Order: sequence, then C-alpha cells, then structure tokens
Amino acid sequence: MSVLVVIECANGEVKKSSLEAATYGSKVAQQMGTTATAIAIGDISEENLKHLGAQGIKKVLFDNDARLKNFVNLAYVKVIAAAAQKEDSKVIILSNTNIGAAIGSRLAVRLEASLATNVVALPEISGSTFKVKRGVYSGKAFAEVNLTSDRKIIAVKKNTIEVGHEAGEASVENFSASLTDADFAAAPKEVIQQTGDILLPEADIVVSGGRGLKGPENWHLVEDLAKALGAATACSKPVADVDWRPHHEHVGQTGITVSPNLYIAIGISGAIQHLAGVNSSKVIVVINKDPEAPFFKAADYGIVGDAFEVVPKLIEAAKQLH
Amino acid sequence: MKILVCISNVPDTTTKITFTPDNKQFNTAGVQFVINPYDEYALTRAIELKEAQGGTVTVLNVGEADTEANIRKALAIGADDAIRVNAKPTDAFFVATQIANIAKQENYDLILMGKESVDYNGFQVHGMVAEMLGIPSITPGVKLDVNGNTATVQREIEGGHEIIDAQLPIVVSAQQPMCEPRIPNMRGIMTARTKPLKVVEPTGSATKTEIDAFSLPPQKTGVKMISPENAGELITLLRNEAKVI
Ligand SMILES: Cc1cc2nc3c(=O)[nH]c(=O)nc-3n(C[C@H](O)[C@H](O)[C@H](O)COP(=O)(O)OP(=O)(O)OC[C@H]3O[C@@H](n4cnc5c(N)ncnc54)[C@H](O)[C@@H]3O)c2cc1C
Repeated sequence: MSVLVVIECANGEVKKSSLEAATYGSKVAQQMGTTATAIAIGDISEENLKHLGAQGIKKVLFDNDARLKNFVNLAYVKVIAAAAQKEDSKVIILSNTNIGAAIGSRLAVRLEASLATNVVALPEISGSTFKVKRGVYSGKAFAEVNLTSDRKIIAVKKNTIEVGHEAGEASVENFSASLTDADFAAAPKEVIQQTGDILLPEADIVVSGGRGLKGPENWHLVEDLAKALGAATACSKPVADVDWRPHHEHVGQTGITVSPNLYIAIGISGAIQHLAGVNSSKVIVVINKDPEAPFFKAADYGIVGDAFEVVPKLIEAAKQLH
Repeated sequence: MKILVCISNVPDTTTKITFTPDNKQFNTAGVQFVINPYDEYALTRAIELKEAQGGTVTVLNVGEADTEANIRKALAIGADDAIRVNAKPTDAFFVATQIANIAKQENYDLILMGKESVDYNGFQVHGMVAEMLGIPSITPGVKLDVNGNTATVQREIEGGHEIIDAQLPIVVSAQQPMCEPRIPNMRGIMTARTKPLKVVEPTGSATKTEIDAFSLPPQKTGVKMISPENAGELITLLRNEAKVI
C-alpha cells in the first residue's frame, strides 16, 4: 500500500519538480506509516533512478519502452495506472506541470480517485479525513480541500518542499503494461525542444521584463542579468502580445504561474493579473521608475529608478559573485 | 464539423478576492463575472474553424441561472446554440460528468475548453471528460487546425512543444496564443437574443472533493528600498540577507 510518485524525466535526468514530488511523496508515506515507490517512464538511466533514494524513495518501477521516450499521454496513464494497481497505492503524487495535469485528470477518472492540483503543503491526515491546501483564484487565495475518495491524487506545486538529501539508494525494478495501438492514438509526431536556456517553470530564479523596457532590442538587460544569476527569463503579457518575447515566457493569470525563490521584475507595473502569476515567489524584487507602481506593495526589495541605469549596475555586481 | 465549447463563469480578473466571514464561500458582492479568459480562446478558435470549414458551435456551461448573461455573450461572439446544465459547478469531477453525459448524446467531433478556469485553477476537466468518453485529450493546446478528420495540435510541455496529429473526436484545452479572442459586435448581440439556449437538469450529484475553507496569502511585511545609486547593494542583500542567490 505504498505511496506512488510519478517521475518526469528530461534529457536523461529526473526533473527538479519530480525530485520535489519524490520528497513530498516520501513525507506523505511517513505520515501514513508506509513507504514511497516511484514510477519512472522514458528517457532516464537506471543509475540515475537509484539516486531517488536521496529523496526517500525505496523502490523505483522503471518502464524503459523506447516508444515512451517522449510523453505519450494515453500510454503513460496506462503504465501509471498499472503501477498504482500493483502497489495498491492509495495516494499518488504528481508534479503540478502540464504533463502532471494531462496524466492526473485521466488517472483520477480511471482509478476513481479524488484529484487535487496546485497543492502547496503536505496534507493533514487524521482518521479518515485527508485534507490538502491548494492555490485558487490564480494565486490570490488558498483553499483547504477534503479529498473524499478512497484513493487520492495530488499534484504538487513547485517550491512546496525542499528537495531531500538522505543517504541511501532506491532499488530499481523493470515494469511495463501491455500497450496497444490505441494507446498511441495521439502520440506526438514531433517534439520541439527549447534548448540552451534554463526552463521557466523549473527555475529557482526568474528575471522578468515589462513594457518599461521599451522594446525587444533592450532585452539584453534582462538576459545578461539572468545569465549572471543563473536565472530563467520571463515577461509580462503585453510584451508577449506584441511579440517582443515568445508567449511561453508570459507569466500571470493567463500565462505561466511561477513560484521561484527569487523573482526580479523590471519595468513591470504589477497589475493584479500579473501579480497572480508570481506572488507565491519567495522573494520579489521590483525595479520601476514610478514610486507609485503597485508592484512595490507586493515586493520584498525595491529600487525606484530607471531600469537602463539600474540594471547594468546589478549585472556588474552579480558578475562579481563568481 | 460539430464543435462543443465548454465555458465557465469566473470573477473578472481585476477582482479583489474576499470570502464570507466563515471563510466557507467566495464573496460575490460587487463582483462582475466574465467568461473564463482561457475559454475565450477555445470559443474564438471554434468559431474560426466553423467559418472556414462549416459546421456548428454549441456552448455548454454548468451553472445556475445567473451565468446566462455570459452564455448570451458567447452566442453573441458567434456560437450557434447553447446548453446550460442547471447546477452549481461543485467540483471538477461533477462538471466533467455533466459535460461527458451531454457529449455522449451528441457525438461532437471536437470538444474545446480553456486549460483551466481562473477561479478554481483545477486544470482537470479536459482530461476527465476525455477519459469518460474514451477519447484522447491534448492539453494545453497553443495551436489547433483541422483537416478532414485529423486535428493537428501544438501542445505546450515544460521546455518545448509537441506537434500531434490525432483523429477526431478529441478534446483540446486552449491556451494563448491559439487565436485572438473576439468581442461581440452589435449584430452578434442582436442575433444572440433569439439563438436557442436549452436548460437541462444535471445527472447525479457525485463529487470527489469538498472545500473546507478558504484563506488569503499572508501580507508582505513591507518592502526594503535600495537607492538607485547603490543598486549593487541589492545583490549583496539577496545573497547575505535573503539568501536566494
Ligand atoms: C483578462 C486579462 C488577463 C490578463 N492576464 C495577464 C497576465 O497573465 N500577465 C500579465 O502580465 N498581464 C496580464 N494582463 C494585463 C495586465 O492588466 C497589465 O496590462 C500588464 O501586466 C501590464 O504589463 P506591464 O507592467 O509590462 O506594462 P505597463 O503596465 O505599461 O507598465 C510598465 C511599467 O514600467 C515602468 N517603467 C517605464 N519605463 C521605465 C524605466 N525606464 N525604468 C523602469 N521602469 C520603467 C512604468 O512605471 C510602469 O510601471 C491581463 C489583463 C486582462 C484584462
């Protein structure tokens, strides 16, 4: 009756969001007096999976079917459902990612489970009640939700838990489910990898620019600061709408929600829809020439000044760190 | 092509969120409700596909009578007819069950909806409906084209995109930049009044989650200001005080 953690892999590594999910899963297992098992599919080595022991995982079920190297929604759901049945898992942990949502929503119906996405804390378990806290109203509020089915699926939001570093290795067991053509009905024919940059949803530090930067030709300020800090880059919605930056960088209520350790906003006013996507960041820095910009109310550190003068100084100082 | 677009009714994105004194319910006093922004992408793309290739667009909402203003708005934007399932949308499983029940009777080629609603932020209904119907779901889609019986969808994943060809019927959840959402024009508003809006009662009431209480995030304790002349000081503070770099 172990807790089952679904591991996402990319380029032969376990994603950081999955290391967090694994840590979360093993803490839940402790709460329930059981152990945590992981299910990993796709592009990863057995050796790397053993390291999940550091996050408290005891055993990893590994499906290395070459057809599943990229995400195939229906096939992945079938494999994970089979793993949950084998382990008789009452609790399944996912990352709160696009892949996690694609898996969790189908799995919940297939396994007749309660599903909570966007979960921001460990559950409260007492007797037969199992309660989780999740973000609602686009980051403007939280809801405590009772998961009333016998089986529960939880998608954990990034930065909910610090990645564990225990001693010990996980054992790895080969695992597969019998897949049919139907499970590949909507398999991707092509995958376009975004290369080079640090991925926004996974980043610990995000440097973000708004309309205050005047035009795409000035984005070297954002990029250079991001590079010096090892950060991902992001932008406000109007910046993506006029194609100064690609849409996958747009954060906010109608874009990506991020919750990094550090969010630096440059030339962004702090409209309520923008704040919704970033206000669960641990530390927020705002650089704006307008002292009345609403973003300062949501900030931990602020500089009132012209980005074109302030940011080069920050880049210099950040470079000195190394 | 027969398209179903599921829309939800959510607080305007500028709403300051508050709750009833017992923290059990969202405080709707003075709040304006709009069509969920992600659903507007689904709706507009459905209408574009219909205009290019023929067919019908039906909008579906699970909600009580007060959502009809936004259903009419969807008709004004260009949907042909509407269905309202007369029930409070208590949780994602309940809503998905209602949508799937209607879809089972109507055999839609394409079911579109926003990737999530900006109130509950579940990001669940698309996959639940698809699983209940036994068809693929592609989520979130940032581009959608249909050619004969094949849909081509560009799907956003963490760190890239997938291109997927899938045979209809399928479910696709929408996210920008799928299209430029339309707003109703005068002629649309006039014709929307007479377009059919059917009200049906829900099937069952089963849910799988229950909201116990709401809360608001803690207020920031105040911002520490650094003078622009000493901007470099910020980096020192982030390292030594906040310990985030
Ligand atoms: C339904 C809906 C959904 C939305 N969803 C989102 C969303 O998901 N994400 C999002 O970001 N927005 C969203 N918006 C838009 C949002 O309301 C704001 O319009 C937007 O966030 C503003 O972007 P901005 O701060 O870059 O630009 P502006 O509001 O124009 O602000 C620019 C800022 O830059 C400052 N500035 C100018 N020059 C300088 C300089 N030289 N140095 C320093 N500072 C300078 C100005 O003082 C100003 O504060 C949404 C709106 C609606 C209606």
